[in-house]
Amino acid sequence: MNSVIRIILQRLALGLLTLFVVSIVIFTAVNLLPGDFAQAILGQGATPDAVEAIRRDLGLDQPPITRYFQWLGAALQGDLGNSFAQANFASFVGADSGVRTTVAQQIAPRFENTMFLAAVTAAIAVPVSLVLGILAALFRNSVFDRATNITTLTSISSPEFFLAYVLILFLAVLNPMLPSLSNIFEGMSFGERLERTLLPALTLTLVVTAHMMRMTRAAIINLLASPYIEMARLKGMSPMRVIVKHALPNALAPIINVIALNLAYLITGVVVVEVVFVYPGIGQLFVDSVKIRDIPVVQACCLIFAAAYILLNLLADILSILSNPRLRHPK
Amino acid sequence: MSTLPTLALILLGIAAGGWVLRFAGQKATGNAPTFRDMPFAVAFGYVLGASLVVFSVWYFFQPTITDAGVPNAGVVFFRWAVQFFLLSAVAAYLFRALGRMIGTRGSKKLFRQMPLTASFGLLIVILYALTAIFAAWLAPYGQEAVFAKVNVLPGGNPATGGDPLHPLGTDQIGRDLLSRLIYGAQNTVGIAFITTCLAFFLGGTLGFLAATLQGWLDQILSRAVDVLMAIPSLIFALLLMTIASAWAGSERWLLTVYMILIIAVIDSTRVFRLARAVGLNIVVMDYIEAAKLRGEGLGYLIFKEILPNATAPLLAEFGLRFCFVFLTIASLSFLGVGIQPPLADWGTMVRDSAQFINFAAFSPLTAALPLLAAGAIALLTVGVNFVVDWMLHRSSGLKE
Repeated sequence: MNSVIRIILQRLALGLLTLFVVSIVIFTAVNLLPGDFAQAILGQGATPDAVEAIRRDLGLDQPPITRYFQWLGAALQGDLGNSFAQANFASFVGADSGVRTTVAQQIAPRFENTMFLAAVTAAIAVPVSLVLGILAALFRNSVFDRATNITTLTSISSPEFFLAYVLILFLAVLNPMLPSLSNIFEGMSFGERLERTLLPALTLTLVVTAHMMRMTRAAIINLLASPYIEMARLKGMSPMRVIVKHALPNALAPIINVIALNLAYLITGVVVVEVVFVYPGIGQLFVDSVKIRDIPVVQACCLIFAAAYILLNLLADILSILSNPRLRHPK
Repeated sequence: MSTLPTLALILLGIAAGGWVLRFAGQKATGNAPTFRDMPFAVAFGYVLGASLVVFSVWYFFQPTITDAGVPNAGVVFFRWAVQFFLLSAVAAYLFRALGRMIGTRGSKKLFRQMPLTASFGLLIVILYALTAIFAAWLAPYGQEAVFAKVNVLPGGNPATGGDPLHPLGTDQIGRDLLSRLIYGAQNTVGIAFITTCLAFFLGGTLGFLAATLQGWLDQILSRAVDVLMAIPSLIFALLLMTIASAWAGSERWLLTVYMILIIAVIDSTRVFRLARAVGLNIVVMDYIEAAKLRGEGLGYLIFKEILPNATAPLLAEFGLRFCFVFLTIASLSFLGVGIQPPLADWGTMVRDSAQFINFAAFSPLTAALPLLAAGAIALLTVGVNFVVDWMLHRSSGLKE
């Protein structure tokens, strides 16, 4: 057991280190901007006095390293700074009214929405892809297997917005079953919220199911040549039982890995889908901020996405270590 | 919502049908092994498949216009999809048959072993390449040509708001959509191709260099790539595009150049990983040792010894990478920060015409516009993926 804990601790430390370095990369990238924040806020017609005031207000007159640690320290405490777009301009030039929309206030409800979307998608996609993968492995090289193979390859390679619009066309416009715009606000009932989330969730399901299902199929088929599978077959077990009882538990490590990787993809791949469905999630906020160059929001979203991505990858790593009995019970 | 109970009823009926099929088969064939050992799931699958086929055929021959004179859009779209599917299957079959007849012995053999999906993919890739190269001759007008008639509907029928001069209509400032669709092949595919080549040049060179020299250079490059890969690529691309848009200012074309560079650098990290891994396996070979003892230089080692032996995996990766780059660029353009106007581009076209999809019930042709541009993107990536899938299958020697 000792060695497992050591490996996991190592991975955790590595993950934290990566996150730290990534935050440096994001900070440096943003600081490569020509001019500085002050000029970006005020535009070209700014008076030197105003620029100077904002520089002081935002602490831009300090050296980059100090600023980086201030930013990181504040971010760790949940303070992600003030959004440019929502900023009260009076506050920047000295007459501080004390009321500001912070980035954290903007992001928090949207983050929750995005997590909801990802959770709904995972709840649909994981069982479906596992069942499809097991069935495809069971009936490999049959018509069913080939049809699923071609369908999944097609849905993996299509851009998300293509799948999204096809779904909108069939499920929202031609057969009005689901709303094509995910208008979500606070205080909605769960059922209503679910209904409005369903179409984007289905689109994402189409994207990730294909990958998960193919990996499940490949992982199981990989094991079918092993001696213990042969033995189980010779005992006269039914093919379904052989796969579910003997192949599946041993194929768990790669399957867990690919599920976690796809969840990581979900957190980040929601960007396009959220824009298509006007879903009020963090991805849409990110794209909007990119367009208006709202640097603090872009920076914060980028950090959150990267953190989620790294954490889920870390989780995949740790789970696949834990699912390996040879590591859990060393000799 | 009565959809769910109906669906459940249909599934129950199919389940009963499956049981009946198995039972009848057992009785009719005197317990033949096929039916005796058939699991219920398989019988269910047969009946489900058969019902789907029957339903499709029935639906296909439904009238396209209802009695009230309103187009039955569902049937129209279904017919288009089925016709497209059948047409592409026939085209792929003919293309494969053609490839089996003409060409060298090697190419003939290649076509003999090719599955239909791969020949379809190859056909698509060739067609796109031809369209991209000869866009200026194929397109009826230039991509920036603006006409007086704006918002002409597709169809070319003046009675329904079309114009025979513009078969796919014009956009909100009067540019011919067919021409822009054709030029889109040149711009979107061309830019994606350039980006992929750049990513491969960068990632491949650095990867082989790291594999050959090893030591501190390898360590620095590998750790840097690890960090860059820890940020999801679309997010990183969007972050860098924000900065690039500040750099580019009002120079739109400069932003496109920055986008090529940004995506090339982000994607070269993935190429670096592969090139380094493949290169590490090659540098331990005896012929590399021999070349080193002969006193060959670094350039000779990389380009004459390692590269030729790493072509197969790199080629498959090139296909996949191209798809990723192509989809990233399309997504960026769709989000409005990618390829900039006036260049015609499919991602932007999808975004601009997206709202037409709501008119599907009244005018299927108009609603098809955004799907046409998005489908053009999907078709190429699907084609490339089919070819790469087959290449990987062949080189891995997997039979099961």
